[in-house]
Amino acid sequence: MPSTSDGTGPADRRAEAPPPRPASPPPAAERTGEAAAPPAPPAQEVISAEIAQTRQEYLKAVEGGGPRLDHPPRAYPPYRSSILRHPRQPLVAVRDPDAVELTGPVFGVTDVTELDADLTRRHAGEPLGERIRVTGRVLDGDGRPVRGQLVEIWQANAAGRYAHQRDQHPAPLDPNFTGAGRCLTDDEGRYAFTTIRPGAYPWRNHDNAWRPAHIHFSLFGAAFTQRLVTQMYFPGDPLFPFDPIMQSVTDDAARERLVARYEHDLSTPEWSLGYRWDIVLSGPAATWMEEGR
Amino acid sequence: MTPPPVPPVPPVPGTPRAEALAAAGERPPPTPSQTVGPFYGYALPFAKGGDMAPAGHPDTITVHGRVHDGAGQPIPDALLEFWQPAPDGSRAGAPGSLRRDPVTGEIVGRHGVDFTGFGRVATDADGHYTLRTLPPGGVPYISVCVFARGLLHHLFTRVYLPGPAGAGDPAADPLLASLPPRRRATLLAAPEGEKTYRFDIRLQGDGAHEETVFLDFG
Ligand SMILES: [Fe+2]
Repeated sequence: MPSTSDGTGPADRRAEAPPPRPASPPPAAERTGEAAAPPAPPAQEVISAEIAQTRQEYLKAVEGGGPRLDHPPRAYPPYRSSILRHPRQPLVAVRDPDAVELTGPVFGVTDVTELDADLTRRHAGEPLGERIRVTGRVLDGDGRPVRGQLVEIWQANAAGRYAHQRDQHPAPLDPNFTGAGRCLTDDEGRYAFTTIRPGAYPWRNHDNAWRPAHIHFSLFGAAFTQRLVTQMYFPGDPLFPFDPIMQSVTDDAARERLVARYEHDLSTPEWSLGYRWDIVLSGPAATWMEEGR
Repeated sequence: MTPPPVPPVPPVPGTPRAEALAAAGERPPPTPSQTVGPFYGYALPFAKGGDMAPAGHPDTITVHGRVHDGAGQPIPDALLEFWQPAPDGSRAGAPGSLRRDPVTGEIVGRHGVDFTGFGRVATDADGHYTLRTLPPGGVPYISVCVFARGLLHHLFTRVYLPGPAGAGDPAADPLLASLPPRRRATLLAAPEGEKTYRFDIRLQGDGAHEETVFLDFG
């Protein structure tokens, strides 16, 4: 019997394990005669129903005058790992104009090298996959460019495998692709990376769970309050509705802002395809810093 | 007779550009957060990321502890970032936290003259982290940003240092003063020998232990 149906299949070997749950109906192991198999993961239909329900509740709340949410709620049960990893107590508001968090770390030319922005040129050979250019501007909540700040990215290779030892997805590693890059934004807040389009990959959140192709982004703004870690997706991916991480952004318009746009003018003939993705960092900053940044 | 104009094909789908909104004088809405996931380890942590103090500096303090989930289990894949003023109180920071070897591209660490104010540490298999830094000037706290798989949006908290390590007085701090004692205690680093402090972070209360106070800056 193939191992993929009994809880030990490839999708279950990912590091993204669901947290322990109460005992559920007899695991599939009974069918295979294995001892002590973990409880069967929920089906996609279960997760999809929870996703739809959460979105419906959000829409109702907004209709009833509730706030629109730009960010995902930290408690989002369809993403099982969030269940034990979010605070239950409300955040404590700090409105101290002298808070240290209204300033933030700075980076410079000593923190990056020229090659860091080209993920296709970090090894002796060319990586496999579709070469792409990803660029855009980093802006603050007032639409001003975030200048000279650090942008870091990481991603799976074209086959959907990370160069990380805990990623045991049985897709090939690419000896010519690591998948990590850095750059500093320019005076207009612009960043640019050359990389390959990452593949979709399976994970253990639920049965037959697949992440849509994405690039992880880490961004710094003018203040520590503006810190952002997020993921960029590619337009038209059929996996969007099935993915609880993307769908954790319950506001439709906000979720759309995670999707890059294909821009033909950014494509290079006979070389690479171009995507544009602008990023907006919210959060207050010390006003005295504005001149200097 | 001229032929009727050919209608253009529909525009490319995708996100409206924030740049266009900004150019039109509108405030662009923020980009949503997403989890850091489990596989940031070869991209974000860097060598000596937790060694903010120059090696051998006599004023060096050590802050260490564990990050726990709501079942009380240590979290082995959390990423902590620290930001603080220099000992002289400057909040300007300095580049060079990820200073590179121009030949190999390897990270060689801070040069130790400027205090960058920034640290980054991934928890180990036991959920433990260690930070070596200098006392912050002008405030009694070090700011912390927590990322983890399962955490869809990062969390801010603060490590408050007691006594002479912190230049200020925690009792006079407006945030600490606003919290009931049980909650306040989660922000106080516990002295543990000379210039060493324990600071655990609990993303969720587990029944036996209080959940860490996390902050919202609006
Ligand atoms: Fe990922």
